[in-house]
This record gives sequence, C-alpha cells and structure tokens, in this order.
Amino acid sequence: MHELSLAGAIIDTVERHAAGRRVTAVYLRVGHLRQVVPASLAFYFEHVARGTVCEGARLEQELVPAVLRCGCGHEWPLDGPAFRCPICDGAGTEVVSGEEFMVESIDITDEEPVCTA
Amino acid sequence: MHRVKVRVVEDALDANNTIARANRADFDAHGVTVVNLMSAPGAGKTTLLERLLAEGIDGVRVGVLEGDVQGSMDADRLASLHVPVTQLNTDPGFGGECHLDANMVRSALPALPLHDVDLLIIENVGNLVCPAEFHVGEDARVMVSAVTEGEDKPLKYPLMFRTCDLVLVNKLDLMAHLDVDLDRFLHNLDAVHPDVERMLVSARTGEGVDAWRTWLAELVAARSGAAV
Repeated sequence: MHELSLAGAIIDTVERHAAGRRVTAVYLRVGHLRQVVPASLAFYFEHVARGTVCEGARLEQELVPAVLRCGCGHEWPLDGPAFRCPICDGAGTEVVSGEEFMVESIDITDEEPVCTA
Repeated sequence: MHRVKVRVVEDALDANNTIARANRADFDAHGVTVVNLMSAPGAGKTTLLERLLAEGIDGVRVGVLEGDVQGSMDADRLASLHVPVTQLNTDPGFGGECHLDANMVRSALPALPLHDVDLLIIENVGNLVCPAEFHVGEDARVMVSAVTEGEDKPLKYPLMFRTCDLVLVNKLDLMAHLDVDLDRFLHNLDAVHPDVERMLVSARTGEGVDAWRTWLAELVAARSGAAV
C-alpha cells in the first residue's frame, strides 16, 4: 500500500527536473529492501501522474538486489530475512545495496509543452 | 519530436528528508528530543502513552503530537492526563494519508509548545508499512508490536522492524490466552534486526513501562548532553 505514497514522491522529484516539459519515461532504481511491489507502483504511478508532466509516461523499474557486509569482512547477497552474518553471527551488518529508491533519469520531449498549473 | 534524456540521480524521498532535516533543526533549536512512535492499528500505542504519561518521566516535560487519519479520540484520551497534546489529522488537506510525513509535521510546528517540552512523542498513524518510509525529524524510532499480531510480523514487515531503535512487545498480559510463541517472535525479530533493543510490556498491567520510561529519560539526557 505504500506504493501510492512512493508514486507521489517520484512525481514530485521528476516535476522539479522536468521544468514543465512533458516526460515520456522515468527510470527508477528500486532496492529489494524497499518492499516495493513493481506492478502496484506502476499502477499508482499511472494514476497519480494524471494532470502532471508525467501523464502517460512509462515507468521503468530496475530492481537492485540486497547485498550485506559484516564487520568481519564477509559480504553476501541477502536471501530471505536473515540479517545476521552467516559466517561470524555478527549483528553489525551494513547494507551495501538494496535500499535504493532513486530516480536515475527521465526522458523529456519539448513537442507540446503542457501546462500543469 | 525532440527527445532528451535528463540525468536525475536523486532519491525520490529526498524532498521529504530535506523537510525532516528542517524539522530536526527546529527541534534542536528548542532542545526538544523527538520520538516517532509507530505500530499497526490497535497495537496499543495510545494506551502505552496513557500508562507512561499517568506518572510522567522525572524531570522531563513531555508533549504529544497525535497523528490520525480522522478524529481526535486519542488526543482527547491523552489530554485528560494534563500533558500538551496537539492533534494532526491527515485527512483534511493531506488526502487521508496513512502515515505522517515531514511536511505534515512541519505544518503542525506552529501549534506545538516547543518551549514547554523536553520530549515530543509523535504518535504516527497506525500502519506497519508507510510510516517506515517517511522520516519526520525524529531522534529515535520506537515501534509497538503486540503479541496478538503473531510471531511472523517481523518477517512480513522487515522495513518497519529494521528502521526502529526500540521494539516494545505489548499485550504481554494476554500470552496465557494465545497460541503465539514469544520466543519465535523474538527469534524472527533478531533475524530481521539483529540485537535491536526490545522490551516486553503490558499497557494493561503496566509491566515493563518503567523500563521504557527509563529508556526515554536516558535518550533525553543523552541528547541534551550532546547539545551542551
């Protein structure tokens, strides 16, 4: 259900960079740990985009796998909810990747400027 | 048609985080420690707060910002305890959001008696998902998980269980009536958030609430120590 809030956050971010120009695609990197359901995010994005520069834009989601690193130096891809280090049983694990929620780039067109006022 | 690719490389939650930092700066300027209290609906946040505030915390003036989609039932309950309570509804103007975000809390700042409190507890909207995503300018995140919710919740909502600094395991008084395996819950919690602080409490009997009171007092002391 948080996909609705996240769709709004994506559009706010894109609007600042689009400067009124029409957006045809949004490229997003989503970390596995963000618990985002891609189909749900796409659905809400399309809905929230209506009446904004993102209306009709394609949302391209690249899923980033979660990788953890322990203080002991061990680095491993997360498989299931087990955040303790499998080698030394340490708790001080650091998330190397998997928490991204990044708008990487957008495609814009100057074909027909839209008014979002 | 002329198409251009524009590099953005920006966390989509940056806008929220920027406002959260502004809130934090305002809280700091007033020497106020802020706790974001989160849980599923009905886990017992308000009842725990009633227990906590009935006796208060020695030497710490507490205020509450009460977040709800609608209504002021929780705020009314707490107001009878003679602590400053400010209601923030997410319905009017915010589209009935299922969580508080930094901007909503910012909008409530003028109504908050920041000069008169040392600790502000923000009771978030009951929800195990969205509140975890949105920082509001807090120093610490505390979540309440009732044993009645079952032992699997940390595995189902790792984002929430990983984001908090303290887990209050509530409704301990009901254990005798439940099939829930508390050890299994704690095991699952540890798998998702190894070594996270946890306290077993009962808002109904008051068990464990003193430990939370001490934890909060120490948080405030550590913050004011750091500010001097």
